[in-house]
Amino acid sequence: MTLLAERPVQETAPAPPKRRKRPVLPYLLIAPTLLTTAYLLVYPLVRNVIISLQEFGLPQLVRGDAKFVGLANYVKVLSDPEFWAVVRRTLWFTAINVVLIMVLSTLVALLLVRLGKWLRFLVMGGLVLTWATPIIAATTVFQWLFQSRLGVVNWALVALGFEEYRDYTWFADGEATFGILVTLIVWQSIPFAALSLYAAMITVPQELYEAARMDGAGAWRVFSTITFPMLRAMFGLITCLEVIWVVKAFVQIWVISQGGPGQATTTLPVYAFQVAQSLQRYDLGAAVSMLMVLLLVLALLAYFRQLYRQEREA
Amino acid sequence: MIGRISRTTAALVVFVLSVFPVYWMVLTAFKPTKDIQSATPTFLPVPITFDHFGTAIAAKGFFSFWRNSLLVAGGAVLLALLVALLAAFAIARLQWKGRRAFVLMVFVAQMTPWEALLIPIYVIARDTGMLDTLWILTLVYFMMTLPFTIVTLRGFLAAIPADLEEAALVDGCTREQAFRKIVFPLLAPGLLATSLFGFITAWNEFAFANVLIIKDQDDRTLPVWLSSFNNTFGTDWGATMAASTLFMLPVLLIFIVLQGRVTTGIVGGAVKG
Repeated sequence: MTLLAERPVQETAPAPPKRRKRPVLPYLLIAPTLLTTAYLLVYPLVRNVIISLQEFGLPQLVRGDAKFVGLANYVKVLSDPEFWAVVRRTLWFTAINVVLIMVLSTLVALLLVRLGKWLRFLVMGGLVLTWATPIIAATTVFQWLFQSRLGVVNWALVALGFEEYRDYTWFADGEATFGILVTLIVWQSIPFAALSLYAAMITVPQELYEAARMDGAGAWRVFSTITFPMLRAMFGLITCLEVIWVVKAFVQIWVISQGGPGQATTTLPVYAFQVAQSLQRYDLGAAVSMLMVLLLVLALLAYFRQLYRQEREA
Repeated sequence: MIGRISRTTAALVVFVLSVFPVYWMVLTAFKPTKDIQSATPTFLPVPITFDHFGTAIAAKGFFSFWRNSLLVAGGAVLLALLVALLAAFAIARLQWKGRRAFVLMVFVAQMTPWEALLIPIYVIARDTGMLDTLWILTLVYFMMTLPFTIVTLRGFLAAIPADLEEAALVDGCTREQAFRKIVFPLLAPGLLATSLFGFITAWNEFAFANVLIIKDQDDRTLPVWLSSFNNTFGTDWGATMAASTLFMLPVLLIFIVLQGRVTTGIVGGAVKG
């Protein structure tokens, strides 16, 4: 690789008289990436910061003469009890989802390791099918599953003897809608987590398990003393990814409930969008989304630490 | 023996739970309306009807939404491939100052919380006159898929031994010829896998399509149209499920094509970089 790089490149460096010239080729090759990232990613982010420091409503959007107001938007957002209710709800929502995702995915991965060839193929096929389901298709189907009069979930609950679920309107109740959203997100997230954990688990040397079993260790003990410690970095990595994905989950919530009923399912990204879209306070919406980015950066730093650790262990 | 039975039961439960929503979607799409509306649902696909697919396809604008989605996702993926291939080559094959920093930037870009950029991108699109055009969506999707494309292509490139290229250079090929004749054919499967995966991301995207295309309803993409099925089909669940099935079909086909490579690709991309 080094050899190749130090070879003078004919067509891009036309025979320079001096031998030790810095090669231009790599920088030409990454220039398109740098330029587009600057315009399409860095600039919007900077613009978001700027908007969050301005008074920016519908008039300013139309006329384009927004004035800077310092940190006024942040003060307003942070002193609003509703914002803190949204933050609490987001943390709660994230905690429930991530715990469920990690526990269930670990169980599914452990199950996959123990299955015979055919059953494993079947379960993995089912997981891939779930994974392939587009978010929008899944949200639409879940609305149909939990439909009040003809939904199959209500039919099944009534058939099992829960008469109170006849024509029950799930989406009119805050907690029920919250529960459906958790179910939906967990259902969608398990395939990635379970298949990744499974892929990691089969790298653990089989002899370790055999030795442990010879010593009479039970399933829980084998998991807590061998599987988990060996794959600690992988578990950390996937947990961080799931935290990030759940915190910023927007589409599922927006399509199913728009944050309602009331504010029962309004998490940070939904709140930022509501403030900007319905109230046309782009400044406050930008401030909320910057605070969300801050929260995500914390999760991201943890993720990169895990990534680094994994890289070193691998 | 008991362990075996309980494992099999658990496997079947996991299978049914993961497959049921999709099965129910497809089943409803093929069910006659009177069966959909009956008090006791049927769980087997008899009898079958294609009426709901007819209703979905006949819905106003169906083909233009389909075309818009294809255009936007296809355009974004092609752009991303082109730009990413150059960058991936620079990372995988050349030594230069700032390489590590660039790789780190790509990783950070991959984790961008796009949901937080809805507002500024809406404002920028409005300022530049790109609001309500497919261009802005193409650009956003291009940027969304670019980091992933670079990371994955870099992985595929690194898997091709540099010796092959060096041999070609020794034999008198220019670097460009060596890439075109030696590396590119070996890279083609990787390019296909990567682009199909980027395609899925763009095909499924909802939040930006929902915000950036407002006035001209004919310029909407399939996800936005599907999410507003209540306005399109009322309470016709058969047609709604038929539309969802049609929307999911290309994604499912891609997953089948990429079977196996998908898992290793993503996990490998996320971990190995």
